[in-house]
Amino acid sequence: MSSLSRDDVAHLAGLARIDLSDAELDKMVGELSVILESVAKVQQAGAEDAPPMSHPMPLTNVTRPDEVRPSLGADAALAMAPASELQRFSVPRILAED
Amino acid sequence: MSTDIIRSSAAEIADALARREVSSVEVTSAHLDRIAAVDGDVHAFLHVDAEGALAAARAVDDRRAAGEELHVMAGVPIAVKDVMATKGLPTTCGSKILEGWIPPYDATLVSRLRAAGMPILGKTNMDEFAMGSSTEHSAYGPTRNPWDLERIPGGSGGGSSAAVAAFEAPLAIGTDTGGSIRQPAAVTGTVGTKPTYGGVSRYGLVALASSLDQAGPCSRTVLDAALLHSVIGGHDPMDSTSIDAPAPPVVEAARRGDVKGMRIGVVKELGGEGYQPGVRARFEESVQLLVDAGAEVVEVSCPSFDFALAAYYLILPSEASSNLAKFDAMRYGLRVLPEGVDDPSAEQVMAATRDAGFGDEVKRRIILGTYALSSGYYDAYYGQAQKVRTLISRDFSAAFDKVDVLVSPTAPTTAFRLGEKLDDPMAMYLNDIATIPANLAGVPGMSLPSGVAEEDGLPTGIQILAPATEDARLYRVGAVLEKLLVDQWGGPLLATAPELTAKGA
Repeated sequence: MSSLSRDDVAHLAGLARIDLSDAELDKMVGELSVILESVAKVQQAGAEDAPPMSHPMPLTNVTRPDEVRPSLGADAALAMAPASELQRFSVPRILAED
Repeated sequence: MSTDIIRSSAAEIADALARREVSSVEVTSAHLDRIAAVDGDVHAFLHVDAEGALAAARAVDDRRAAGEELHVMAGVPIAVKDVMATKGLPTTCGSKILEGWIPPYDATLVSRLRAAGMPILGKTNMDEFAMGSSTEHSAYGPTRNPWDLERIPGGSGGGSSAAVAAFEAPLAIGTDTGGSIRQPAAVTGTVGTKPTYGGVSRYGLVALASSLDQAGPCSRTVLDAALLHSVIGGHDPMDSTSIDAPAPPVVEAARRGDVKGMRIGVVKELGGEGYQPGVRARFEESVQLLVDAGAEVVEVSCPSFDFALAAYYLILPSEASSNLAKFDAMRYGLRVLPEGVDDPSAEQVMAATRDAGFGDEVKRRIILGTYALSSGYYDAYYGQAQKVRTLISRDFSAAFDKVDVLVSPTAPTTAFRLGEKLDDPMAMYLNDIATIPANLAGVPGMSLPSGVAEEDGLPTGIQILAPATEDARLYRVGAVLEKLLVDQWGGPLLATAPELTAKGA
């Protein structure tokens, strides 16, 4: 289970939206398998009965009053956008052709 | 004021400023001159803001001249790690995907630096998105260790540690997700503290792993770290994970420096095999000094720490893969169109951009995290790592029932050569073996210099760990040990570092 095939890595890269080149894929298959083998050690820690810990502080539902306060204006928010139009982010098409 | 401003501590500079023996413009200029002279070799900075720093310095000098009551650190310049959002100053996180990005807002801790009147000298180099232990994963080239320019300054905050070690800044901001403040401090002969998780606001800190990240001070002395810690610490309503309490009394603790009757635990699992002889020798001598100063030292076992590295390298990539999804080429940062595709979709643009904009280590960790979170593998990897995290936290609790603080070497080795571990990710990851448990449990930790290893003449560090919110204990113990060691050395350790050759001076 700890070893990954080239197809597995290509699939994961697709899920992560990273367009890896063939050379990158070749290199990463070996590296990831070594890392995975090492981190699989967590399965030998005898932790089956321990509750999972997601966060170091026991915080739940930190809320604040729902009050209007100043925020970034459109110009500031858009200043660093790759492209903008009509005070909005301009993006490539988001739907497929058909 | 001493004739050599740049070699003064931040506390000394603050005192001299308050007594008007020197102006902030003079202090800031001296550091900018030093940066101009040595940073071509060291490469601690990705961006130097001479104009902004001098303007801030002039403003403080004017206010002081007008008789205004100022913050104790007003006029003391500082360098900020390039992972903190700084309004009007580039913030790249060491990544090409954010090249040229200028944030529209300040991180809370940056606002606090500005409010205190601390001129920001510039932004320091780092491993891309703080993923690394050497700064070699910076997209803008590595930082070099001032002790030996062929060696790494630690990472991810190698720019901040090197800036402080090379006297380019008296203070710097670092961030520590698995040791990125403490390990660089250890290998450069400087001081660094990772506060309790939630002790310093993360608002405006570009997140790597949200449940582990913590910003903190980098300095040359324990007192300086405390002074900076107290500027940036304390509750921030803009960060929902911020602890709702004032900053702990760290400055008082650093000034008090007393270990009589304190119980100190040496962590059995963090030492021994895999630790360089010189690192172990200096550590043992430091422990003996603490015994001589009246502390009671016992060995403490934290058996789950053996699984910390594995748990960390599942939890961190998992959180990182999620956090870094925001770099989608739509709202800020790089946008690259895929080659040979007419009218590409947003998804294709995103995938092409992330391939072009992220470096190898970032891609590796995002894909590892994507795997660890996939259905079918989640329980075996991420879920299991979260359970191990509980065991580690329990080990800390049990240890702190017996002792007030824990100690260990900060890093297993001294600074290694640039390139030495670049092609072996697991070897690189092992640098953080002693620092990671604190991040997993959220407890505070400090590294301070323990000497130099006789086999290579390079600095070694000792780590102090305390229970959550008891950051003051780090400074109490650190201050005592620092004083005893400096007395023994006959001066600060950095005074023995080789002189950097000034360029164009």
